[in-house]
Amino acid sequence: MSVEKGPVEKGTELPPLELRVTRADLVRYAGASGDLNPIHWSDRVATGVGLPGVIAHGMLTMALAGRFVTDWAGDPTAVRSFGVRFTRPVVVPDDDEGALVELSGKVTDVADGVAKVAVTARFDGKTVLGRAVAEVVLPA
Amino acid sequence: MPDASFVGMALAPSAPYLVGREKIREFALAIGEGASVCTDVDAARAAGHPDVVAPPTFAVTFTMPLIEGFLRDPAFGWDYSRMVHGDQSIVLHRPIHGGDELVTVIHVEELSTRGGSHLLTLRCEVADSGGSPVATTKALLVTAA
Repeated sequence: MSVEKGPVEKGTELPPLELRVTRADLVRYAGASGDLNPIHWSDRVATGVGLPGVIAHGMLTMALAGRFVTDWAGDPTAVRSFGVRFTRPVVVPDDDEGALVELSGKVTDVADGVAKVAVTARFDGKTVLGRAVAEVVLPA
Repeated sequence: MPDASFVGMALAPSAPYLVGREKIREFALAIGEGASVCTDVDAARAAGHPDVVAPPTFAVTFTMPLIEGFLRDPAFGWDYSRMVHGDQSIVLHRPIHGGDELVTVIHVEELSTRGGSHLLTLRCEVADSGGSPVATTKALLVTAA
């Protein structure tokens, strides 16, 4: 973690991040993660089970939120724990723009060198992750 | 109807999963993780790691297929085709890195039925080849009752 961002304390906000998730990203994540569920690449299957269309893997949304925290921490191994609830799907259209995911975060507690970071992930103006909290080990 | 007699059980340990350096690189690329310790062996070693390190959610890539294997087993009676992921947590006891050989034990923690859905909590305890704890993951999975 770089010193220039100042002390980390309760209320510290993480620099917000906007990401676009495209069908190509879903295909890449499917291969990298081994999650080949067709609701993440086939409109036919996704609409057949009642979804509005192909949706992002919940674990991809969680991984992007995790990356948002590790970017801020400056070290992927600083994240000691991370938990989320999947509250709404991120629907990814078959176009070049993809779905816009907006990430923000705030430190809610600092104790014993560990910061608790509450992450908010929004798609289409609505939160898609609930109770998203990461524990980040701060540099000594 | 899922078989509630599984609740409280620990399943047999998985075969060892060998964490590949290229798999970590591929995963880091897929989620846009740009930290050099995830992709560059020299950078990882300079930071004190034996090999490239995995991003925090990597553990789910090898625990979820084990969970799928259990849930598709007719013995448990779970409708996998209509399953959704309710929540997920990951606790890392140490970073996962290339070359790790990891064994996972699935614990069937809770099963309940509410509002037309079965809710199942599975905990995975991941340990290295020496038996030291590496990660604990917990998933809440939901399927139609």
